Amino acid sequence: MRYAILVYETEHDFANREQHMPAYRAYSQALAEAGIMVGGAELHPSHTGTTLRLQNGQRQVQDGPYADTKEQLGGFFLIDVADLDAALDWAARCPAASNCAVEVRPLAPANPA
Amino acid sequence: MDARRAAELAARNSYGRLVAYLAAQTRDLAAAEDALGDAFLKALSTWPEQGTPTNPEAWLLVTARRRWIDTARRSQTQEQVFNALTVRDAVVASVSDSVSDSDGATFPDDRLKLLFICAHPAIDGALHTPLMLQTVLGLNAAQIASAFLVAPTTMGQRLVRAKAKIRDAGIAFELPMAEDLPERLDAVLAAIYAAYTQGWETVDGADPRDRGFAEEALWLARLCVQLMPQAAEARGLLALMLYCEARRDARRNAQGGYVPLDQQDTRRWSQAMIAAAEHELAQAASLSQLGRFQLEAAIQSIHAQRLRGAAIDWDALVLLYEGLIQLSPTLGALVSQAAAIAETKGPEQGLALLNTLPAEAIANYQPYWALKAHLLQRLNQAAAKEAYQRAIGLSEDAAIRDFLLARSQD
Repeated sequence: MRYAILVYETEHDFANREQHMPAYRAYSQALAEAGIMVGGAELHPSHTGTTLRLQNGQRQVQDGPYADTKEQLGGFFLIDVADLDAALDWAARCPAASNCAVEVRPLAPANPA
Repeated sequence: MDARRAAELAARNSYGRLVAYLAAQTRDLAAAEDALGDAFLKALSTWPEQGTPTNPEAWLLVTARRRWIDTARRSQTQEQVFNALTVRDAVVASVSDSVSDSDGATFPDDRLKLLFICAHPAIDGALHTPLMLQTVLGLNAAQIASAFLVAPTTMGQRLVRAKAKIRDAGIAFELPMAEDLPERLDAVLAAIYAAYTQGWETVDGADPRDRGFAEEALWLARLCVQLMPQAAEARGLLALMLYCEARRDARRNAQGGYVPLDQQDTRRWSQAMIAAAEHELAQAASLSQLGRFQLEAAIQSIHAQRLRGAAIDWDALVLLYEGLIQLSPTLGALVSQAAAIAETKGPEQGLALLNTLPAEAIANYQPYWALKAHLLQRLNQAAAKEAYQRAIGLSEDAAIRDFLLARSQD
């Protein structure tokens, strides 16, 4: 079963990313050594996002994230483990779990019938 | 005393006794809990108006019993259980009457039976502790789920299924036969210890702010000692947890940093708890039934000698770990033994022992990598860096992660 570990970060975390880098490097290495890492990426801070929507056929483009909240999606890891229990065990080790929050979500099948 | 407080106290003091008694009568754990839950709700709504009854426990028992009969009457599927109850009805009624005339201590204490049912071999081992926390202490699935890193809905479903299995498989509300007792008791005690450690790889690394179910586990262990005073291992477990609990505050320094056990400030240990632990361990020893919990408590007792200014006796630790591994060869014991051997015979010997552990077992076991990194560093080997990386990546606690990050840069 594939899961996304969504990494939420506070503004403070975003501002101090360099400081957290060694911990994240070690974490992604542990995922790789365990043979469960499928992918992942680090995102730039939310203010660098651009949000687009079509309303009544009109394009609306705005600077910034879709939802402007204190905690922002900072990146994600994709892992392949037996079940949600195992995914939660790994999510607990993600540095963001003690700094802010992580969300675990199952991935929909890649090729739905 | 107001009604809510009275209900809370009644809940804490007698929830498990009431559930155990009702479940033993009805043979249906979930139905017993539901009926009791309803009785508590009714208490909250009627006691403020009508006053707290003289014997709240008896009131709850009678109300839960009535509630259960009502439900059973309405439910065709529970007809058989209902029949079982009507046979016992007179018995329950007479017991309830006697309860209401006294201090509430007259109905039989079936909690020991309930503990053995929760840790029954037919129930998935991972659910032993959650079942105990819910049925004996009345904790809800969400509280339990968080501690065991399981989704709350999943934990709820698992508990419901486990209780259905107890009912449908007809698991007896009886104490185990004498020949099964040591093994069954071990399962009960292991489940209580799991409530204490709740997923932490080492108690000494656990975040001291996270009290988790430490108090509940101590309470359950005391209950076991009280109900089975001749069970040496129950006392061993209580001693073990008291030693660990005594050091809780010393696990972090003033800045919140992780402090390894052998560097903890002994002035921050609770002398009273250590004395209580020593007492339990001595009582256990007098019963002459050695077991894993007594050995684990003895290991903690060696560390506790630092309180009297004694150096850690690593040779004694090596021997105790050897005994522990013979009884219960867990990964944790093997890694700890390697740490003790490294102290007595040098880091090379510790590493040699670590290297005999199967690669699959240790791949994601944080204490293994932390010890390996430490020993490699002592030998000035470059591989220490990589072992530190693994240990850091597998750490759940931010204080331990920071501690290892700092050490890896030494």
